[in-house]
Amino acid sequence: MQHHHLTAREWDKLAADPQFQALLRERRRFVIPASIFFLLFYLSLPIGIAIAPTFMGKPAFGGLTVAFALGLLQFVMAWGVLFLYMREAKIFDLKAEAIATRAHEEFAP
Amino acid sequence: MSHETLIMFTLFVAIAVVVIYWAAGRSTSSRGFYTAHREISGMHNGWAIAGDYMSAASFLGITGLIAFYGFDGFMYAIGWLVAYLTVLLLVAEPLRNAGRYTVADVIGFRLGGRGVRAFAALTTLTITMLYMVAQMVGAGSIINLLVQRISEPIAIVICGLLMMVYVLFGGMLATTWVQIIKSGLLLFASLALSVLVLLHFNFSFGSFFAAASHAAGTATTGTVGTLNLMQPGRYFNGPHAGLDLISLAVALVLGTAGLPHILMRFFTVPSAKAARHSIAWAMTLIGVFFLLTSVMGLGAATIVGTHHIGKHVANVEAIRYINFTDPSNAPALNAELREFGYIVPHQDSNVAAPLLADALGGSLLAAFIAAVAFSTILAVVAGLTIAASSAFAHDIWYTLVRNKSSGEREQLFVARLSALAVGAISIALAVKLRGMNVAFLLGLAFAVAASANVPALILSLTWKRFTRLAAISSMAAGLGSSLLLIALSPVVLHEHAIFPLQNPAIVSFPLALLVAFLATLLKRDPQSEAMFSQLQVRANTGLGAEV
Repeated sequence: MQHHHLTAREWDKLAADPQFQALLRERRRFVIPASIFFLLFYLSLPIGIAIAPTFMGKPAFGGLTVAFALGLLQFVMAWGVLFLYMREAKIFDLKAEAIATRAHEEFAP
Repeated sequence: MSHETLIMFTLFVAIAVVVIYWAAGRSTSSRGFYTAHREISGMHNGWAIAGDYMSAASFLGITGLIAFYGFDGFMYAIGWLVAYLTVLLLVAEPLRNAGRYTVADVIGFRLGGRGVRAFAALTTLTITMLYMVAQMVGAGSIINLLVQRISEPIAIVICGLLMMVYVLFGGMLATTWVQIIKSGLLLFASLALSVLVLLHFNFSFGSFFAAASHAAGTATTGTVGTLNLMQPGRYFNGPHAGLDLISLAVALVLGTAGLPHILMRFFTVPSAKAARHSIAWAMTLIGVFFLLTSVMGLGAATIVGTHHIGKHVANVEAIRYINFTDPSNAPALNAELREFGYIVPHQDSNVAAPLLADALGGSLLAAFIAAVAFSTILAVVAGLTIAASSAFAHDIWYTLVRNKSSGEREQLFVARLSALAVGAISIALAVKLRGMNVAFLLGLAFAVAASANVPALILSLTWKRFTRLAAISSMAAGLGSSLLLIALSPVVLHEHAIFPLQNPAIVSFPLALLVAFLATLLKRDPQSEAMFSQLQVRANTGLGAEV
């Protein structure tokens, strides 16, 4: 069991707080679509290779095959999602801090 | 042993000893030993996470796989980078806020109870052990390559003993700093080597890729012989190639979020924000590093030639080998000896990187690369040992055996003792498994991590109804099925395999997830539901995380 200063009732009250619920919703609105997107984008590469290995081995450009070019695109995708999340998370941080500060004032011993 | 190699190895070990000496005075509590007092900054932690990932297995293993199998080796690099999105979006921040020392802290947060903790500790121990064996096998290859008089088993033992010194005296703080220094050195070495490869092709990517398409590689079956390194299918071929590749992809992209030694790194930072920033640093560094490994791998295939990647045997030893061990191949081997001055009796994909360094930069660069790879292994294995020993000392000993009544000194003593035991067991296993490609061995560790830890971890953080029974059954199903399928796979049973795929994740992960859902719906768990508000508020705001 973790140490904590708040009672179960106080935690429940915080969890039900409209500001907190709004933060959860906003988080989910970013995290769920982003996760589905990156997992599908990533798995499409091995699935593509499994379905059409010959096509994936064809030359694309600059000496790269289709598979290799799509593989490099995965790097761009990963860094892109990272960038978007880092930008979004700054807003989550502010809201989380506001909730934490308010809770400290309200429930301070 | 060449003088350069000896000097480099000594220098690197000396740097590590200084760091350990500095850290030793600062990790006298169990909190310091496990998490460096949560005082590591996001940037430093990011470099250390990158260090955990730029392991010997990825540096030596991926370079080797790409040299021999081209694109199929590159798939590992892609999976390992994208995997950090799983950690970033779903795990890192809530994990940082909800846990203190171990993964079991998080899964057991509201699912408190002895069973959950025992199982979470068991999965941690299994995964870290598998992972550690892969690293030790890499250590054996590299030391044996450089110091031919030291046989692989002895090399593995030396490496294991050095690592124990790191952990026993330095704890998490020393391990983190050794990782940071090593990441810098490894990135520098990879960059230097990649520039030399590209210089060889006058910085023309066109002619570099063209050469890679024409490089001779290992042809395993009929159709593969016609594939070049830029095309998929050289490693994953045969009737189940597609499924095998997809299964590996699932293991890689989800497994990272279940690796105890990576997850544990998020307990070393002061806030969820710092946890997030450490991933941003890590993903940048790891991405660049993996692009460099591809250049090095294709470079090794084109410049060194896969035929020459392995232990070089020259002079009397070569003649003895030709006459006594393999006389049926005598004409071909003799011709090789005349042409190159050495023969390569067995190819070993793990040594592609140092041989490339030798070909491009001479023995000094090769010695540098080998010493970096060696220090990498030590640092990663040290991190793994901390993860394993904390699972034993904190979860099993302190929480389960002693019911949280053991003192600080006893905990630290048990942590160090279990580090010793974990080290000894993995040394023994690595000696048995030497010679296997280390990136491939890691793929199995990732499958177990993805199946045993990830469903239980993510569901316990997000699903109010999730129960203790469900956590235990999901971990048991994931761990049991992934290990069983590996035991029945071609990896272990070769042509008598009962399960046709090399990597079990495509079956074991969905199974663990399904079991988690079914068990949750079976029976409600009021205690677990009651604790959910606290977990949710704490995970998302950091309230109550500092105690």
